[in-house]
Amino acid sequence: MHELQALFGGFQVALSWFNLLLMFAGITLGVIIGVLPGLGGANGVAILLPLTFSMAQEPGGQTSAIILLSCIYWGALFGGAITSILFNIPGEPWSVATTFDGYPLAQKGRAGTALTTSFTSSFVGALLAVLLITFLSPIVANFALRFGPPEFFAVYLLTFCAFVGMSKGSPFKTIASMMLGFALAAVGIDTVTGQLRLTFGFIALLKGFDFLIAVIGLFGIGEILLTIEEGLEFKGAKAKINVKVVIETWKELPRYWKTYLRSAAVGCMMGIVPGGATPASFMSYGIAKKMSRDGDKFGTGIVEGVLAPETAAHAAGTSALLPMITLGVPGSPTAAVLLGGLLIWGLQPGPLLFTEKADFVWGLIASMYLGNIAGLIVVLTCVPLFAAILRVPFAIIAPVILVICAIGAYTVHNDIFDVYLMVVFGVMGYIFKKLDYPLAPLVLALVLGDNAENGFRQSMLISQGDMRIFFSNGLVGGITVLSLILLFWPAISSLIDVARGRKAPPAAG
Amino acid sequence: MKSKLLSRGRLAVLAGAALTACLPALAWEPTKTVEFIVPAGTGGGADQMARLIQSIIAKHNLMKQPMVVINKSGGAGAEGFLDVKSAKGDGNKIIITLSNLFTTPLATGVPFNWKDLTPVEMMALDEFVLWVNAKTPYKTSKDYVEAAKKAGPGKMKMGGTGSKQEDQIITVNLQKQTGAKFTYIPFKGGGTVATQLVGGHIDSSVNNPIEAVSQWRAGNLRPLCVFDSKPMDYHQKITKDMAWSDIPTCKSQGVDVEYLMLRGIFMPGGVSQDMVDYYVGVLNKVRETPEWKQFMDNGAFNQTHMTGKAYRDWVADAEKRHEELMREAGFLHK
Repeated sequence: MHELQALFGGFQVALSWFNLLLMFAGITLGVIIGVLPGLGGANGVAILLPLTFSMAQEPGGQTSAIILLSCIYWGALFGGAITSILFNIPGEPWSVATTFDGYPLAQKGRAGTALTTSFTSSFVGALLAVLLITFLSPIVANFALRFGPPEFFAVYLLTFCAFVGMSKGSPFKTIASMMLGFALAAVGIDTVTGQLRLTFGFIALLKGFDFLIAVIGLFGIGEILLTIEEGLEFKGAKAKINVKVVIETWKELPRYWKTYLRSAAVGCMMGIVPGGATPASFMSYGIAKKMSRDGDKFGTGIVEGVLAPETAAHAAGTSALLPMITLGVPGSPTAAVLLGGLLIWGLQPGPLLFTEKADFVWGLIASMYLGNIAGLIVVLTCVPLFAAILRVPFAIIAPVILVICAIGAYTVHNDIFDVYLMVVFGVMGYIFKKLDYPLAPLVLALVLGDNAENGFRQSMLISQGDMRIFFSNGLVGGITVLSLILLFWPAISSLIDVARGRKAPPAAG
Repeated sequence: MKSKLLSRGRLAVLAGAALTACLPALAWEPTKTVEFIVPAGTGGGADQMARLIQSIIAKHNLMKQPMVVINKSGGAGAEGFLDVKSAKGDGNKIIITLSNLFTTPLATGVPFNWKDLTPVEMMALDEFVLWVNAKTPYKTSKDYVEAAKKAGPGKMKMGGTGSKQEDQIITVNLQKQTGAKFTYIPFKGGGTVATQLVGGHIDSSVNNPIEAVSQWRAGNLRPLCVFDSKPMDYHQKITKDMAWSDIPTCKSQGVDVEYLMLRGIFMPGGVSQDMVDYYVGVLNKVRETPEWKQFMDNGAFNQTHMTGKAYRDWVADAEKRHEELMREAGFLHK
């Protein structure tokens, strides 16, 4: 049990008063950063990076520095869900899927339950991912090496297929929304040809449509417009605030252990590959909906719909640090900044870091356990407080939200044009909801469209146009087949029912 | 009474005149927070260097005003360059460049040119090394080029960062000089390229030293040659038996390709010489710090350093070379 010994060594490094203080400071800061839309974990860590520079020059200081920065990251992972649940505004890209059930739950007056579920699931996801890193890192790190362009495309295909068909509206509207998302994702520079696309000569469109700005507008501003129309108050406002909500929710959660395991597995895979926390949350939500007995109720505000994406997002966010440490490849934008930090401090992320800087690596891993426990304590104690925000009159909170959204949109690129863009997306979000078009497919296509397209075109370059590359080995073939099964799951499951002699559900309700 | 007032007024005027007379003697300093623009994403090579410079300035108190690093990576960096171009005369803004200073306007036609900016200082040049997977039998660049020729056009896959940028320009130049034909696969970042090479999804890369060094040390990658006129000046052993200086130049192996990437600092156009001198002073102090030297060692940078006319001439020459190379490759915007 070499790992356990090393891990205890790590705890010794991480468990100093100074480091514990940094942990709580980092988590608190991270939660605030996570709550503010636009100001993502990556920005937060980047802003604090220079502060850690002097710290990292001290003996043992590199561990303290990474503890501070990684705890900001954990905090942001926890915090992103808060505004998703309370106001339907995802604080971070990976909390978009949390809005699908978190916000309806809050509207039903169960904001406390939704928050507790989200935080607890985040913790469980992270814990399972850290366990994986602790005991299986050498094996798992090499697994990531098997992912070339075709494998990446297959993973994105899997995400889309897991998600397609989950909206209840007409398939035409789903496809229209998704295609619009793909079109928006294509604007800006094209990695494969190095050319600008769909900018029509407008300088402002050079950088394309940022996912965060679209999401702040579509969800946040759109929701506020709707609320203004429907009567100036929050539906969840009359919720009873119960301090025991945490305990009560915890009693309910173990029942979903299967969803936990499945979501954590999806999250870990997406973190290690590295596909990222955002696709992981979407994929996990889609799969949970297909596999759950309550599949029909997803989207109406059920606990399982919050649990699945949050577990996966946090598992992915945590395991994304593994390829960063062992391969020097960041699994998420935040990991990319952390990686830059390691290099600036004079560390060399890569296969040898585990042996050469064992103190540092195991200190970091130990801090993942401690940091997430610290994070859980910080956020859970604040659940009643967060839920109470909904009691603030709409007339006060709505302008505050608008200002925060505008600041958030501005922060993404330090560009005032993005604020106008946010308003346009807000109106679009409102129209979408009025006309009953689903927003989720658009968002999914916008966040993954570019990567999926790159994966596909890189694969085509490699195979010189031969589609068989997507079945060329067991790994890529397996993922592709799984995607196709998921895509046709409704047809397949009714076929199974027929085969079993049960009456197939009527085709049209 | 009146005369007294007058004399008082006169005194004030005199004092004022004395003050203005003193001002030119005081060197210019930033008047508010300095924005350090990075025309690339967070975590990349330019971003690392910018954040290191920011860290060193903060740690050693080299500037009175604070400095913030802002990434403007849209449109292959065009977003950042256009931002600085539009800030004409603003002394509180600087930008770090990579080769996209030349390649982005040439490949996309976005209206900017280095002449819209004021060159301040060349901090270093980044090296490019030809890498292959250590499991392959190729020991020299000659072996590899021969194998590529034998395999047939387009069979060997060269991975690189972005399209119509430095990595692909080197690849095209390599093809021109050797007659071998590669399939170029563009990825989003150098770290990804190195991992794809370790995983065997591509056959070679032209990664910068810092992007590939950890995989080299772990025995997963093998350097074949460096695209510089002389071997790198770092003699400390990186692996058991090799230092950066042991990697031969590509030219010495019969592959006559040279390419170095600018890591330099610019300001907006129309700034005064005082402003430029101020930043040259600060950056020179940055270059003296042990932290900077350590960073140069880690990344095996070519520590060529230039300011003033020499730097301006170098940039003008580099632009001309990029235009030639990109015209031959058919990468110019139509």
